[in-house]
Amino acid sequence: MLLGPALGVSAILFSLGVAGVLLRRNVIIIFMCIELMLNAANLAFVAFAQQLGPEGQVIVFFVMAVAAAEAAVGLAIILAIFRHRQTVDLGDINLLRG
Amino acid sequence: MLELVFWFFSAAAIVSAFLCITRRSAVASALWLVSTLFDLAAIFVLLDAQFIGVLQVLVYAGAIMVLFLFVIMLLDLGREGRTDMKGSVGQFVALALGVGLVVELWVLKRVMDAEGGFAAQTAAFQLPEGELARMTEAQGAIGIIAAPLFRQYLVPFEVTSVLLLVAVVGAVVLAKRRL
Repeated sequence: MLLGPALGVSAILFSLGVAGVLLRRNVIIIFMCIELMLNAANLAFVAFAQQLGPEGQVIVFFVMAVAAAEAAVGLAIILAIFRHRQTVDLGDINLLRG
Repeated sequence: MLELVFWFFSAAAIVSAFLCITRRSAVASALWLVSTLFDLAAIFVLLDAQFIGVLQVLVYAGAIMVLFLFVIMLLDLGREGRTDMKGSVGQFVALALGVGLVVELWVLKRVMDAEGGFAAQTAAFQLPEGELARMTEAQGAIGIIAAPLFRQYLVPFEVTSVLLLVAVVGAVVLAKRRL
């Protein structure tokens, strides 16, 4: 019965991901923190799947596919921004600020 | 024994995640994140999700993190520049919100325990103890995922393939200088 401990670890990892997003200004590291949050959610799904049947693992499969798509598009956007502004620092990227 | 291994990998995952969000160099952060992902793969195996553990290593640590490291190399961000941490106010807000989130989730668990706990609330759908491990033995680690994936979740599976195609096309359009 590792459900409780696994959910605790999942909560801590998710919170670390949130703290990372708020703490850093480097876009790539913020992106990695988002991956960390997705993984924390995956851990919760797998922990519940052990109790409630293998459908939870199927959901993890979908989350991984979405994460892969997100990484490909997100990193392409970062490349495009870097080409125009020569920076990955969110403090310097303020195109939408009025 | 199982719990000891679980706690070992959990501690390693949390420490690696903490180092991932505090290292100054992007490469160091990426490598600590790889370490977290490996620890999570081990935890997945302990939770009777062997195939997901393998996918975690192959897809996350193998493919996605290599993509990250490739972009870091391409943009030449490897050397340690000035720190990109926010100032002391930003650090305090991040810490407060992070701790607040953990406390919120802990309160949620306490509420659930007060109402009889997860086991009592989901007794109707719950598998018997060790049932998933027995199913894995009977159908194979891939079989227990493949059967629902290709029957119950066939439409989402096909939508995922379209999503991946869109992502590939989108990445090419965004990253190409001129089409």
